[in-house]
Amino acid sequence: MIKFDNVNKRYPGGHEALSGVSFHIEPGEMVFLTGHSGAGKSSLLKLIACIERASRGNVIIDGQNLNRLKSRHIPALRRKIGVVFQNHNLLFDRTVYDNVALPLIIAGYHQSEVGRRVRAALDKVGLLGRERAMPITLSGGEQQRVGIARAVVNRPPLLLADEPTGNLDPELSKEIMQLFEQFNQVGVTVLVATHDHDLISRLDHRLLTLKQGRLDRDGSTADLIGETVAAAGGGI
Amino acid sequence: MSPRRERRKSPRPNNSTNTPARQKPRGKVNAYFTHHLWVLVSSLGVLWRTPFATFMTAAVIGIALALPAGLHVLLQNVQKLSTGWEGTAQMSLFIKQGVSEKRIQKLAKKLRGWDGVEEVRYISREQALEEFRKLSGFGDALDSLNENPLPAVLVVQPTSEASEPAQMELLLGKVRELKPVDLAQLDMEWVRRLSGIIELGKRGVLLLGSLLSLAILLVIGNTIRLTILSRRDEIVVTKLIGATNAFIRRPFLYTGFWYGLLGAVLAWMLVGIRLGLLSEPVSRLSFLYNSQFSLGGLDLETTAILLGSGIFLGLLGSWLAVGKHLQAIEPS
Ligand SMILES: Nc1ncnc2c1ncn2[C@@H]1O[C@H](COP(=O)(O)OP(=O)(O)OP(=O)(O)O)[C@@H](O)[C@H]1O
Ligand SMILES: [Mg+2]
Repeated sequence: MIKFDNVNKRYPGGHEALSGVSFHIEPGEMVFLTGHSGAGKSSLLKLIACIERASRGNVIIDGQNLNRLKSRHIPALRRKIGVVFQNHNLLFDRTVYDNVALPLIIAGYHQSEVGRRVRAALDKVGLLGRERAMPITLSGGEQQRVGIARAVVNRPPLLLADEPTGNLDPELSKEIMQLFEQFNQVGVTVLVATHDHDLISRLDHRLLTLKQGRLDRDGSTADLIGETVAAAGGGI
Repeated sequence: MSPRRERRKSPRPNNSTNTPARQKPRGKVNAYFTHHLWVLVSSLGVLWRTPFATFMTAAVIGIALALPAGLHVLLQNVQKLSTGWEGTAQMSLFIKQGVSEKRIQKLAKKLRGWDGVEEVRYISREQALEEFRKLSGFGDALDSLNENPLPAVLVVQPTSEASEPAQMELLLGKVRELKPVDLAQLDMEWVRRLSGIIELGKRGVLLLGSLLSLAILLVIGNTIRLTILSRRDEIVVTKLIGATNAFIRRPFLYTGFWYGLLGAVLAWMLVGIRLGLLSEPVSRLSFLYNSQFSLGGLDLETTAILLGSGIFLGLLGSWLAVGKHLQAIEPS
């Protein structure tokens, strides 16, 4: 589903955000991506959605090599990927309903179908009553959940989330993670970038760790617990 | 990978969001047109929310369109007026002194046989004198002359097809060749000149129209450019979600469409008002001249051309702006 083959990403300023990253995520997997701030998590997700292009190496999504993807085929790629953006990227002059409906309208769904799906998605993130609200009147966490609803409303086969629980309290964060797990259970490949070690250590999934643009570890979240304990033990 | 296949394989966790994706194509063509209609209406709604700015742009377009359209209608009217007169165009052939009555009659008969000649009227020297006496009031003075100074005249009335200035010119050349004819004169020489002026005017309207069309393109292009820039964030976000360029282009094209249409409607009203203001004095004037002439308004054809060119320019202007500025906006 997602294959990185020795990928480098160098930004125009000369800064190398990713170097020599290789991994493979199978269809239907649920994977966490972690690392310090500036480690390159967002950059990695951007490469997958073809928001940025790799400077070197191959990014292969669903059998498609993005290096060779023509720009007119990018929309089709992005429709297969639901993205929860770190900065939400909501349209502030449209209602919550219209924001969530956008992917469906882009894909050409019928009005009645759009209404049904939007309400279902808002229901899942607990915002069913706020359809008519403008995003600006929502709290940070609520805006984030609108972004999540928009990412999943189209039921894409691949879901990317960049700090989806950044503004949420622990209770809500857990619910959102459960929501992602539900999607994963029906076959959606899920990749979640997050700082929140507490949250992911309680879930059992594969974990990719970035360190200064390099893939530092590719293991399970269980290792993370051992690591944390070891670090704590070492401190004593 | 197909999302549908994957989803069908696995059990559905929550039936509220996960209806079978198979249903999706239902009414998709229908949805496409509904979407177009929706964009059409909503882009008008967006314009409606800023009525002043919209009116300003539409007014600029309206004035630019009203100018050539108004001139065109004016020319149409002048032409209508002059065709009325062209029907009365005639030619007077003054016959040389000393040509016998019999020869003149023969000549008249010959002329009647010509193409493009409707009628030939013979005015003998005596009739001419009589007419002159009656009209001029110089009867006594004429009586004192021993000899009738007036020549006999053949008045040639061309058929309506031959009343065209060029045809008349041809006919005039032919009758001037005739031996007994001393002098041949077009009674309505100025009709020909007027027709020339109208022709020139038409070219002028065309030239003015194309210049102003260019101006309209620039106005619409610039307005759309500003709209695109002001909605930059929205464009970026919709691109991120997977919108095609066609999808993003659509509202801007429809905005251009509305500007063009609103401008054309304004132009139509401006020309209508101008004609309305003129029609009263014109009919009074034509009454004084004993004429049936009344000022014609915008006919259906002109209206259609006006609306059509407004819409065309609106679409073209926004198309050019969108083509130039949308490519430059890419998410990063
Ligand atoms: N558009 C850009 N131009 C230049 N440098 C960039 C750009 N985007 C990111 N970078 C740099 O690349 C590095 C990785 O950035 P990235 O946003 O991927 O980090 P991150 O792991 O998502 O961090 P955080 O957890 O704070 O979101 C950073 O050092 C950043 O300064
Ligand atoms: Mg980031």
